[in-house]
Amino acid sequence: MARSNRPVSSRQGWWLLATALAASLPLTQHLPLWLSLAAGTAFAWRAALTWRQWHLPPRWLVVLLVIAGTAGVFLQYRTILGRTPGIELLVVFLALKLLELRTARDTVATALLGYFLVLGQFLFTQTIPTALLACLTVLITTAALLAAGDDRPKPWQQLRRAALMLAQALPFMLLLFVLFPRVQGPLWGIPQDRFAAVSGLSDTMSPGSIAQLSQSDAIAFRVQFKDTVPAQSRLYWRGPVMPLFDGRSWRVAQTLGAYPAVPYAGLGAPVDYEVTLEPHGKFWLFALEMPATLPPDSALTSDYQPIARQAVRSRLRYTQQAWPEAIAGVSESSGILRDALALPKDGNPRTRAISAAWRAQHGDDGAAILAAAENLFRRQLLIYTLNPPLLGTDIVDEFLFDTKRGFCEHFAAAFVFALRAAGVPARVVAGYQGGEVNPVDGYLVVRQYDAHAWAEAWIAGRGWVRVDPTAISAPTRISSNLANAVPVGEELPFLTRGNLAWLKELRYRLDAVTNGWNQWVLGYNPQRQRDLLASLGLNEPDWRSMTAVLSVLGGTVMLALTGWILRNRLRVDPALAAWRRFTARLARRGVAWQAWEGPQAFAERAARQAPLHAERIREIAALYARLRYGAAPRPSDLIRLKAEIAAFKP
Amino acid sequence: MKHVKGKLTARPQSPSRGAIDRLASLDCYRAPRTSRFTLIERMQATLRHRLHETFVRWALRVRSPEPAPIVLTQRRVYVLPTQAGLAYATALGVILLGAMNYNLSLGHALVFLLGGLGIVAILHTFRNLALISIRPGRCEPVFAGGLAQFDLVLANPRPETRTSLRLFFNDEAPIEVDIGPQASTVATLDTAATRRGWLSIPRVTIETTWPLGLVRAWSYAVPDLSCLVYPTPATKAPPLPWRGESARGSVREGSGADDFSGLRNHQVADPPRHVAWKAVARQQDGPLLTKLFSGAAAQQLWLDWDGLPAAIDSEQRLCILARWMIDADAAGLAWGLLLPGIRLAPDNGPAQLAAGLRALALHDHGTQ
Repeated sequence: MARSNRPVSSRQGWWLLATALAASLPLTQHLPLWLSLAAGTAFAWRAALTWRQWHLPPRWLVVLLVIAGTAGVFLQYRTILGRTPGIELLVVFLALKLLELRTARDTVATALLGYFLVLGQFLFTQTIPTALLACLTVLITTAALLAAGDDRPKPWQQLRRAALMLAQALPFMLLLFVLFPRVQGPLWGIPQDRFAAVSGLSDTMSPGSIAQLSQSDAIAFRVQFKDTVPAQSRLYWRGPVMPLFDGRSWRVAQTLGAYPAVPYAGLGAPVDYEVTLEPHGKFWLFALEMPATLPPDSALTSDYQPIARQAVRSRLRYTQQAWPEAIAGVSESSGILRDALALPKDGNPRTRAISAAWRAQHGDDGAAILAAAENLFRRQLLIYTLNPPLLGTDIVDEFLFDTKRGFCEHFAAAFVFALRAAGVPARVVAGYQGGEVNPVDGYLVVRQYDAHAWAEAWIAGRGWVRVDPTAISAPTRISSNLANAVPVGEELPFLTRGNLAWLKELRYRLDAVTNGWNQWVLGYNPQRQRDLLASLGLNEPDWRSMTAVLSVLGGTVMLALTGWILRNRLRVDPALAAWRRFTARLARRGVAWQAWEGPQAFAERAARQAPLHAERIREIAALYARLRYGAAPRPSDLIRLKAEIAAFKP
Repeated sequence: MKHVKGKLTARPQSPSRGAIDRLASLDCYRAPRTSRFTLIERMQATLRHRLHETFVRWALRVRSPEPAPIVLTQRRVYVLPTQAGLAYATALGVILLGAMNYNLSLGHALVFLLGGLGIVAILHTFRNLALISIRPGRCEPVFAGGLAQFDLVLANPRPETRTSLRLFFNDEAPIEVDIGPQASTVATLDTAATRRGWLSIPRVTIETTWPLGLVRAWSYAVPDLSCLVYPTPATKAPPLPWRGESARGSVREGSGADDFSGLRNHQVADPPRHVAWKAVARQQDGPLLTKLFSGAAAQQLWLDWDGLPAAIDSEQRLCILARWMIDADAAGLAWGLLLPGIRLAPDNGPAQLAAGLRALALHDHGTQ
């Protein structure tokens, strides 16, 4: 029965144009230029149609344009499915829908497209500014929907009503957000294009690759420790382990998922913590050395690096345990040890010569060779810097004996090389070192500039031992942070600089807000929902109990809102309400009160028809007349009236 | 579609001259035939219609017509989503699936916010209609074949405007009204008057989809209001039946300048000093009127049921009598009416015309 055949008025035209703009402007940075221009042209056309009262373009032209737009999207991506092509198609449809606004039905379709495109924004980012922008889009779209029904109110009135209705919808949103049974996606297919390339560690390491990361203050992950935060110098976040060396760069071995559980024993009290990992598109998960437990859906590689079953394409949260020390790999397989000794045939003769001397002096005593290597690094007075000079072919020799300036990857690579040349199995471990505790929310924030590389040596009887050659030359890098370790005057990421205390304070607060948003809004997943409900006393919540709670609370909100919305019905004069009860009772006896009858006249008539109750009827009418029409009604009369009427049973 | 706003306004008492002129050309009115549908279409329509009627009977439950005022209480306001509402719900489902598939927390929030908006829309739409009271207004008599116009007085007890209420009879086009805060509005609904006599108001549906158009709230009412339908004046009628020496000439003579007896449309031959300037000034844009003055012997115009030839059936008789009344009234003549069982003394003027037409309308209908 919806009467949707009324033509679209010019005010409605403007509203829909505003909706289209609000929905597609935030997307322009993700759209190709041709589409932005085409959509802009369609919007301008709509504006002209509305302003100049032009005729709508003929339907065949709109159909042609739709085909052209779809073809354009297809030519660009060779598909019209998926995230970006889908959103672009929606933009095409929205822009062209504006050119065929004929009836109210079209306005509803346009508004719905507007809502869809809000979801499109979320596919790209879900930050707080995006959310605020989305609120604005929803507000304008809702106002346009209001205008589709009644276009007489002024724009600000429409916006105010839309805001009021959305505010009333908020309690439902909160309830549903918390209690609606969450499902872990994806439901179908894996959305491969969910995240584009992001900065982070890679599975190879060559001179300069980590130094590059040190310029980025993007967050790698956040950590919340159950108890106190361990000392800065113990915060080694184990990442990709790289045993393979080709003379210039180090690579990870392709040994995925060797251990379903941790194959070694730990020393000391374990440390409990929770990592919120930013998406980085790789499989690995970062763990505090040495990992004692594994996150769900993950395994340990043969070189003790936890990896997930699926690439980390969305923010991931996992709890883990770490042992400060562990005896790992005492009986390591020969294959792994062979890999950890392999060196190219030639190159770096000076280092090889020194290593050969160690070998001759200490034989198979790995610990002694390790000490000798540390000693060499100490003697060489190496300088830790973000801008090491370029190196030639013998990168280890040049670094150790000529330039003597390097970043952590130079230190780690040279150290591992020297050990291998001396016959001690060793490998490079990449990851992050340190982090910064945000005093506002207590989270440890690990950023890209905390990326680090260190060495691991295998000593008979002790297994794999961590050695950080950087710490030998630049102990402040480990005990404090990057900014204190590099020479004064080097260019550092903005956030690492120590000055500007107020800015730092502001940044802490901003980051804490962002983290709260990530943890509780964006990261509100089935797990978090279960935890929250359990903490509210709903043990083992399944969808049934959640639906039950949701229905009860939703019903309560609904009732409250209904009561508020229909509130003025309750403001009936109590005397009148009592009188109505009285007349209803008489009406059942066949004496109906007529609206024009005064109480006394009615009472006389009723008394004649029901003589048995004549006295009481007259008394009630007199009381009622006094209460309603008397100069100073007495409260006691009201009580009497109510009592009399309650007792009145004709 | 007609948009009615504002308070009750006074209307002329008798059928307007325009309506009479329009209808004067009609013969006795016959109801138009509906177009033909296929059997299946008819069966479907019948089934739908029957279901609908069953629902309405259940919904109305009370005896109709209902005593005034009819208050649209919560119990008699029904709410269902519109087509747009169904589309909205579908869209929300799709957005929810997308949000689930891509694990978009804000997508969930968007769906839940819009879902909440849908619920709020139900309440607002319901509130826009609930507790409106309807009282019957007036309904001017019409000729059969014309449009009966029923006035309904809608009152809004709440201090907020009721926006975009649509009222309609079964299949007629709706009219849209607003009711101001704690004010009342007259809505005029038309329906074709097909037969003479009392035409009671058809069932009124009052609905609204305001504010979002996603939900439709509606209610039914059958106010206590009837329209008097006069018989259609015949197009071709015998000349006015003058009694006694019923020659036109004698009337002309009799219609002299002694006593003022009424007004009629000005004719070129009328003396200018007989033009009723005051009356002309009163009704703007009206035709020039001539004052009629009658001698004592002028009026012996009896419109007599039995004076018509026996071959004419009773409905046609009524049509002819109606025609005569209108002509006589237009000529400003005084006339009397003789129906079986009814005698109306000769007189002229709007009251006489109304009384005469009423008698014709209710002839043989029992009630007067």
